[in-house]
Amino acid sequence: MWRYVGRRLVLAIPTLLGASIIVFAMVHLAPGDPIAAVMPVDASKEQVEAVKKAYGFDQPLPVQYLKWLGRVVTGDLGKSIATRRAVILDVRDALANSLVLAASSSLMAFVAGIALGLLAAFRQGRALDKIASGIAVIGVSVPHYWAGIILIIIFSVQLNWLPAMGAASDGGVVDYARHMALPTIALALIPLGVIARVVRSAALDVLAQEFVLALRAKGLAHRRVFTHVVKNAAPQTITVLGLQFGFQLGGSVLVEAVFSWPGTGYLLNLAIFQRDIPVLQGVILVLATFFVLLNLLVDVLQTFIDPRIARH
Amino acid sequence: MSVVALPQEVSTVAGAPMSYWRTVAWRLARDRATLVAGAILLLIAVSALLAPWIAPHDPNAGSIRLRLAPIGGATHPLGTDEQGRDMLSRLLWGGRMTLVAGLTPVVVAFLVGTVLGVIAGYAGGLTNTLVMRTMDVFYAFPAVLLAIAISGALGPGLPNTLISLSIVFIPRVVRVAESATVQVKGLEFVAAARASGAGVWPILRHHLLANILGPVLVFASTQVSLSIILAAGLSFLGLGVTPPAAEWGLMLNTLRQSIYVNAIVPALPGLAIFVTSMAFNLVSDGLRDAMEIRS
Amino acid sequence: MSPTPGLEARGRTGTAPLLLTRGLRKHFPLRGGVLQRVQAWVRAVDDVTFDVKPGETLGIVGESGCGKSTLARLILRLVEPDAGSVWFDGEDVRRALPGRMKRLRRDMQLVFQDPYASLNPRLTIEAAVAFSLLVHGVGRAEARDKARALLGRVGLDPRLYGRRYPHELSGGQRQRVNIARALVLDPKLLLLDEPVSALDKSVQAQVLNLLQGLKTERALTYVFISHDLNVIEYVSDRVLVMYLGQVVETGTAEALAEAPKHPYTQALFASAPSMDPDRRMERPPIAGDPPNPIDPPSGCRFRTRCAFAMPKCAEVPPPPVTVAPSHDVACYLYEPATVPA
Ligand SMILES: Nc1ncnc2c1ncn2[C@@H]1O[C@H](COP(=O)(O)OP(=O)(O)OP(=O)(O)O)[C@@H](O)[C@H]1O
Ligand SMILES: [Mg+2]
Repeated sequence: MWRYVGRRLVLAIPTLLGASIIVFAMVHLAPGDPIAAVMPVDASKEQVEAVKKAYGFDQPLPVQYLKWLGRVVTGDLGKSIATRRAVILDVRDALANSLVLAASSSLMAFVAGIALGLLAAFRQGRALDKIASGIAVIGVSVPHYWAGIILIIIFSVQLNWLPAMGAASDGGVVDYARHMALPTIALALIPLGVIARVVRSAALDVLAQEFVLALRAKGLAHRRVFTHVVKNAAPQTITVLGLQFGFQLGGSVLVEAVFSWPGTGYLLNLAIFQRDIPVLQGVILVLATFFVLLNLLVDVLQTFIDPRIARH
Repeated sequence: MSVVALPQEVSTVAGAPMSYWRTVAWRLARDRATLVAGAILLLIAVSALLAPWIAPHDPNAGSIRLRLAPIGGATHPLGTDEQGRDMLSRLLWGGRMTLVAGLTPVVVAFLVGTVLGVIAGYAGGLTNTLVMRTMDVFYAFPAVLLAIAISGALGPGLPNTLISLSIVFIPRVVRVAESATVQVKGLEFVAAARASGAGVWPILRHHLLANILGPVLVFASTQVSLSIILAAGLSFLGLGVTPPAAEWGLMLNTLRQSIYVNAIVPALPGLAIFVTSMAFNLVSDGLRDAMEIRS
Repeated sequence: MSPTPGLEARGRTGTAPLLLTRGLRKHFPLRGGVLQRVQAWVRAVDDVTFDVKPGETLGIVGESGCGKSTLARLILRLVEPDAGSVWFDGEDVRRALPGRMKRLRRDMQLVFQDPYASLNPRLTIEAAVAFSLLVHGVGRAEARDKARALLGRVGLDPRLYGRRYPHELSGGQRQRVNIARALVLDPKLLLLDEPVSALDKSVQAQVLNLLQGLKTERALTYVFISHDLNVIEYVSDRVLVMYLGQVVETGTAEALAEAPKHPYTQALFASAPSMDPDRRMERPPIAGDPPNPIDPPSGCRFRTRCAFAMPKCAEVPPPPVTVAPSHDVACYLYEPATVPA
């Protein structure tokens, strides 16, 4: 078991290094000179050279990469071209906001998804199952940025119940929660659909087992059947939830753009428009690292829940 | 994971011999949800294809005086956008763009990914490790993030959207194709073909591809919906198709400011994305069931 | 060992063997750990030597997992051996270049163990049988006709079954297709890997009779692999008994049935539900589970289950000794008999 955990940890390292190469390469994917964005149009040749040197752009690529990597692992993600602030600071603040949003939407998706999935499984083939399955398909098919706009139209524009934009700057907890409500719902739709599907099929598998059939046939022990189903569907559900939490972090870009929620997605969006490559790199690198570590955590958790996996 | 379904007993029509594909077609013909979704897809595809002939107006011509006309009007049945351009015409033209931007990456990923996956799976050893570990790296990013990262670096425009989305989907196809290849390669009929003296190419063509193409194709079809959402999403962020071209995600973005004036018209492009993506999901689900592929 | 074992063997027995193996070995690595290093070796086939004369049926019998299928694959070079050699019709199979190998594979064919996995689900059975011919450059029409003719010979009317897919056939019918596929190239040697094990008893008899008929009709040589002693006794001229990747005894079917020498062979015959009531339960059945081919016991591999195990059995593996004409046993209980030349 611990060997498996160790093995997964070691295997995550090349993945992270590979991810860092991709992120590093982004600067060079960008059309035009990366310097051009930093410099005023009328800068002299000497000025350009000086800046190039300062950024290390005059060295061969592998050297640039290693130097960059060396700085990155110590937490130095460079300076924003637009604001001149250290990228790590911006990313840290944004990440906090994004984590809050990802957590709340995951929680919502988890609760609603499980309820929906179980409901569908216990009422298999009946109207309620069809409705629940329908909601699940809608959840995975809906463009969540559009769902966000629809929510704004309904709850902000028409009903005027909830704010449409931003996070509360100084309004306290209640205000913050009110700002969070709509983006949370929009972001919860996809994992809700996914979790509901997984729970439904896992529960159906359990319900098809013979002794469960026997229990049900006796009409007794509703509670026992229920606990059994929940227990057996748990490992898969937790895996999905963990993975979805990661997707929430990365996938929130579009929803954050819709709601101007000051998270990583919003920062990314801003960086794209200002062609602020250091910020772009910083955000993506931090999110990817987070995502890889989260996957790792899910894997490890899973081996504790179901030790058979480690032997596989 | 068992990707490849080897049909054991299939109910056949009146005992007549039936090929696998005929059995699949026979099952699909009985699946009402899939048929309806397929019909909707066909309608969307045909109307997008025929946009130049059936669109009532020039999608790029509008007048400020006609801004945000409500739906239901005689000349503009679906209203007009924030620049007074006919929504119906723009939705028809936009469908072309969105479908191209959403389908092309999946097709590219299907072709490239199948080739890479089959090579990795059949060759095994170092080749396999090299290909698969490289693919793993792309799994370090959630799909949306990877698409935005690459598009963000490359800059806006349809070609860049296609490139970045292809990069998102290739590793996924490679994984499925590789695991299917490894699975089929280990079956005895492949060994039997080798024992008959068959070389690599006949085996790949007649034995491997014939058995893995179905599952890989179905997998690719499940990705179309996501690809469409992402393609439109990139335009929505201003990273995809550039104005004034009509594209659903871009239309959604520019109309977004107008929700306080007209709540219905700005929702239409998103509705179009939603319906298309859902139809693709339903069709690929039905296909998967009909082909007995479990994921 | 002389450079051409074919000649050597001819000197001893009179006719040149069609197939012979010398010291065949295959160890599969078991990998594990972070770096996927080799952690252990599965000794699937270890130092296997035997001859097959033209026209005879050599039965290979042994428990599940003792390396029978691996041996068959080594002979056909579907799996490359780690050591040892295979000679077919006087030719060193391991040295054959790809072109020559392709030719050799026309002459040696294998019927696979699993009738379900051994047919491509996407090919009609007609196409499956014709495929081998197409590979060898036979024209489409001719290949089809030959395939249909052979399907008819193995008892599957091509008009009824030719266009069917494997999933529409029963296990016995599939195995007939496999036999047709193997025979369509007109091989000299047919390796049959448990051809009837997956079939019902009544179907087994039909397929066995078909195989017997085909053998005389086409002057074939069989290597017949099975774990079922009754089947082996029924079809074989000579029998080779395998235990954990090694040959423990070889001899004629009668000799082994009447006077099995190796304790393992004795136990096998004793535990097999025999048709002959006199022979039932003469000897104790084998005690315990077969040891793992991953870490086989030192010396004689059977010693952990052997009632007669001696200290020296744990040291050096017993070499085969000839106890009677063409009857060899690898066991320290026996001294070489003075066989008249
Ligand atoms: N490709 C392989 N990689 C690793 N181990 C293998 C491989 N092929 C076979 N083995 C192992 O070698 C041993 C012998 O296997 P083999 O299939 O030859 O046995 P068998 O006698 O045919 O058994 P059965 O009667 O079950 O068919 C087994 O322990 C098996 O697990
Ligand atoms: Mg076997």
